[in-house]
Amino acid sequence: MAGETVILEVFIFVLMILGALFMLVAALGILRMPDVFTRMSCNAKSVTIGLGFLLFAFMLHFRELGVGSRALATIAFIALTIPVASHRIGRSAYLSGVSLWEGTIRDELGEALKGTREGPHKEDAGDEKR
Amino acid sequence: MLETAAYIFVFPILSAALVLSFIRLVLGPTLPDRIIALETIAVISVGMIVVFAIATGEGVLIDLASVWAVVSFVSIIAFAYYIERWRGKP
Repeated sequence: MAGETVILEVFIFVLMILGALFMLVAALGILRMPDVFTRMSCNAKSVTIGLGFLLFAFMLHFRELGVGSRALATIAFIALTIPVASHRIGRSAYLSGVSLWEGTIRDELGEALKGTREGPHKEDAGDEKR
Repeated sequence: MLETAAYIFVFPILSAALVLSFIRLVLGPTLPDRIIALETIAVISVGMIVVFAIATGEGVLIDLASVWAVVSFVSIIAFAYYIERWRGKP
């Protein structure tokens, strides 16, 4: 039995290290990326995966029904809400006229919104240097 | 063993991630940059709560983690709504 416990603890430790490293990658991404949208893009995925690893390690460590089901519900909630929140932030940032990175090669939302009432309000954002 | 390993290895990595996203929160040229940094800080703090629950054996802290995740999601949605309504200086 002791050997199984040691193997399980090593597995939990590896999961915790992986989750923490994914969160470090997310923080490094939002520090180093050049644009709001690239920051948001690299942030959402790795933060979701990292917190999923940490909560899975939590489930393996406790192995009780009441605690593990709450951890599973938290994983499901995180996986549902973080992409929604990132999409909302990206859309509102684009519509409020945040400038894209100069290396951007495609702007599909701008082409789709061209001529409509909505769109990036560049004329309001005359003072770009803030 | 797991407690010591968490305190030695996992918490410094999460703290480094917290410091990096706090640098982006201070530097960020526009308001959405700062909101993304705040979202990252909220999720990293949820992860720190989970690791602390593993290290101390207090399984009750998962309630705190889930409630904190819900509150951060609602605050991010509110921030995005008001940026979109504001339509001016981001």
